[in-house]
Amino acid sequence: MISRMYLKLPDPERDHFQGTIDAPIALLEYGDYECPFCGEVQPIVKEIQRRLGDDLCFAFRHFPLTNVHPHAEHAAEAAEAAAEQSSFWAMHETLFANQDALDDEALAEYAAALGLSEVRLIQEVISGAHAKRIQEDFRSGVRAGVNGTPCFFINGQRYDGERALEPLLAALSYPATIT
Amino acid sequence: MPSTSTKSEPEHAYKEMYSKSRRSALPPKTEAPDFTLRSTPDQWLSLSEFRGQPVVLAFYPADWSPVCGDQMALYNEMLKEFHDLGAELIGISVDGAWCHAAFARDRKLHFPLLADFEPKGDIARRYGVYRYKDGVSERALFVIDADGKVYWSFVSPVGVNPGEPMEFFLRWRICKTNKQCRQRWRPNDQPNVSQIAGP
Repeated sequence: MISRMYLKLPDPERDHFQGTIDAPIALLEYGDYECPFCGEVQPIVKEIQRRLGDDLCFAFRHFPLTNVHPHAEHAAEAAEAAAEQSSFWAMHETLFANQDALDDEALAEYAAALGLSEVRLIQEVISGAHAKRIQEDFRSGVRAGVNGTPCFFINGQRYDGERALEPLLAALSYPATIT
Repeated sequence: MPSTSTKSEPEHAYKEMYSKSRRSALPPKTEAPDFTLRSTPDQWLSLSEFRGQPVVLAFYPADWSPVCGDQMALYNEMLKEFHDLGAELIGISVDGAWCHAAFARDRKLHFPLLADFEPKGDIARRYGVYRYKDGVSERALFVIDADGKVYWSFVSPVGVNPGEPMEFFLRWRICKTNKQCRQRWRPNDQPNVSQIAGP
């Protein structure tokens, strides 16, 4: 269970993050692997990471819209299963790069392509071994006030601006104080 | 699913459709006006049926917004959270009951959508959230407590989905379970969610 303190900030104990956890700027994304808008924003996030470098800590949590995106839940669980094999971010990028192919068979292929144990990954996905983790992410998003996907929190404040590079960089350059 | 503008044409046009006029929603402690609206083409639903349990009323401009997910889809995903806390969720727009039926089927919505259709926007007007220029309601949320009073209301810019309902509904729960609670909610207050029983 994510504590109240980390609803809108990366949790060093449990989150998948890139950069150092005590970087001055924290960017937390709640996303859905089957959501095209999340897919569109991925290159923007990468560019932001490139530009801000060590100043940025980027973390990702799952917020699958399972009623409108039938493969989103399994894709999220596949990412967590890949994390168990120390490959969260590689799988994360693969999933966003293949949003139109997120069925279970495809997930297994991606695991194999990443050099992971595909049998183990698919077994974990099918048995729901990581469903609780996804649910925890989702519930924290609900409590944090996630209002769509992707949803960004910059230093603990929800970002409601345009999801383009320049507006995001502007918001990141003048982060609000952590509340 | 976007909460704000993206580069897509239909969504940009959708945002531009609505004026920037704002209305004042009924404030906390007001008696929530009762209403009876169509929930399906041949069924009616009244707010008073829910007396004794909290209700979250979600007003929104229109069905079929040109995005892959939207405010109603978002709340649909959160429905279990609301039900676990004993609350019901109701969506209201000026669309007719047949439109709602098709929309609910398409989005697999599991909560009622009410048709504030005739007189048009009558309930939205009574709650102070009707956009006269546009002929639709605001994106507005009301938490109605079990006694039928408005506990909290919130109007969101029409291009931004309100993600706040759970946060403030949890605060309602804190105040109800803590008899010593005398605090008035202020906009920047954060509920202490660790006080809420449950997983």
